[in-house]
Amino acid sequence: MTKVAAMVGTDAIAEAMRQINPDVVPAYPITPQTSIVETYAQMVADKLVDTEMINVESEHSALSAAIGAAAAGSRVMTATSSQGLALMWEMLYIASGLRLPIVMTNVNRALSAPVNIHCDHSDSMGARDAGWIQLYSEDAQEAYDNIIQAVRIAEHPDVLLPVMVLMDGFIISHSLGRVELLEDQPVKNFVGTIQPPYSLLDTKNPPSFGAFDGLHGYYFEVKRAQAQGMLNASAVIKKVGTEFAGISGRSYDFFETYRLEDAEYAIIALGSAAGTARTAVDELREQGERVGLLKLRMFRPFPAQELVDALSHIKAAAVLDRSDTLAGSIGGPVFVELRSAFYEAEKKPRLYNFIYGLGGRELDINMMKQTVETIQTGMSDGVVQSSVAYLGVRE
Amino acid sequence: MTKTADIKPYLRLERYPTIWCAGCGNGQVVGAFLRAISTLDWDPKKVVVVSGIGCSSRASGYLNFNTMHTTHGRPLPFATGIKLANPELHVVVMAGDGDTTAIGGNHFIHAARRNIGITMIVFNNGTYGMTGGQCSPMTGHACKATTAPYGNLDTPFDICKLAEAAGATFVGRGITYAPVKLESLITEALKHKGFSVIDAVTQCPTYYGRLNKMGSPADMLTWQKEHVISLEKAASLPKHVIQDKIVTGVFVKDLRPEYTTLYRRLHEQCGEDDCHD
Repeated sequence: MTKVAAMVGTDAIAEAMRQINPDVVPAYPITPQTSIVETYAQMVADKLVDTEMINVESEHSALSAAIGAAAAGSRVMTATSSQGLALMWEMLYIASGLRLPIVMTNVNRALSAPVNIHCDHSDSMGARDAGWIQLYSEDAQEAYDNIIQAVRIAEHPDVLLPVMVLMDGFIISHSLGRVELLEDQPVKNFVGTIQPPYSLLDTKNPPSFGAFDGLHGYYFEVKRAQAQGMLNASAVIKKVGTEFAGISGRSYDFFETYRLEDAEYAIIALGSAAGTARTAVDELREQGERVGLLKLRMFRPFPAQELVDALSHIKAAAVLDRSDTLAGSIGGPVFVELRSAFYEAEKKPRLYNFIYGLGGRELDINMMKQTVETIQTGMSDGVVQSSVAYLGVRE
Repeated sequence: MTKTADIKPYLRLERYPTIWCAGCGNGQVVGAFLRAISTLDWDPKKVVVVSGIGCSSRASGYLNFNTMHTTHGRPLPFATGIKLANPELHVVVMAGDGDTTAIGGNHFIHAARRNIGITMIVFNNGTYGMTGGQCSPMTGHACKATTAPYGNLDTPFDICKLAEAAGATFVGRGITYAPVKLESLITEALKHKGFSVIDAVTQCPTYYGRLNKMGSPADMLTWQKEHVISLEKAASLPKHVIQDKIVTGVFVKDLRPEYTTLYRRLHEQCGEDDCHD
């Protein structure tokens, strides 16, 4: 029995957190994340949860406190955005290196400078090699669902890695949308209780976390084990995504395809842009164009082989990036990784990159259609000069 | 001079209106600062205003000086770099209480310890206004915030004591209810050679005032009036009488070598003695 509610994204996250009832939530305010911890603080104050909430003095401290609490065997959640995530940088690597299953919502917002509070993915994309699993959400529903699944994924003994759930700032976080909320009990049963393999509070077998292990120690082996955790995560994410359908009717995979099977052209997007792309696909289909969509949910681990399998029949694809690597002409992070994934493939589409929406610049259906038109033209007469284009920028 | 000072040339009026809410005290602090600047007759090209992140830190965008809007808690490191690179500049930092005492607390104490020639104006409204009224290290004990809906457990800092203990050589506190006094405090702070700190107590009617049922902006200013006490008067009163008061005045006025002066001296010394040996 589910309840349907009209909710902004931040409230959907707070509601999922209430149902999960984590032991500790350390947090620091930052736009547009703040409403999550504000709503959650009220829930804590009203005793709707048993959470110990810590109002810390910076995001660096927020993740530090989260790491301490997780090392003590607690189930820990937090949330941040943009500069907050940037300030957590040092601790991101500590959390993943110590294999602590922290679940954090990052409400995507552009990174300074100049100061900008609107959506793009430069914050989380910058953290893509920090050893965190990354799940992107198209809307508040997916953000709610991802958070619940993230707890199971993070704490799975084959994984034991922190998970970042991404949600587009303002576009999802502050927009009212339809959310199907699960009953509390199925969520509680689904996430279960945390079973930490090691805990600082285990006085009989006291462990040591993160100590310097000498010049000939095991750092390399620890990193190799971490890489293995990320490799193992794929199967766990798939399994948890299937199991989640059992309580919600909604199953989740690495990515979702839409009218892609017989498509000649594809749009590849993550986050809220996928919704715009879906409408563009429908309108182009009505005009007889064979266009499809691939919405990427899981960016870490990167589902390279699965993406190749899903896209090899496509003639050309528009890869949308809401951040730039600023690395010369190689394009945005999704494009770079997708192109790399296709290197050894026999059949591959021509890939074009469209960097869009930086600092919250609007992306509309016509712009989305324009990307398809550009790649179609490029395929027919080769006029498209560059593989990387900036969509909607004032030149 | 004070009443007739024309502060418009110091403002980027094309950036108006400001983002500040009706009744916010930030404009009063900025006004006091600009009137102070106008009495000093400094070349605006030699003035640099550096701000952090938060409501008050938006001030840098409205001011017609060299300005820099930086990151949350870090205006002092940016300002330190500016001052060290060109000690001739008048460097002013504007930041909120969250910026100064929470995320940037470390930079605050170390700027004070170094006694670098920067004037720091702390817009102290006791909350994180920009993000919606969360608890800051300056939120009063038992006061309400969106992250402390049933009252704050923590005890706030006394910014002036903190600055003094850390080594600031000019420390004062003013209130927006008394803008003329605030202006003269800021003037003194600007003229001071060394790290000078002004704790400018201001009102946030939208969040702090509303959450703590303090009434209208005028009520909040009246509250300031009823709770203010000068340092001279406070000195003769027992502690329990002044504990919920806002004590204003100049707490520290000290002379200690300023950091960039020391730096230049060392540089000259090294040039003569060849420190590289």
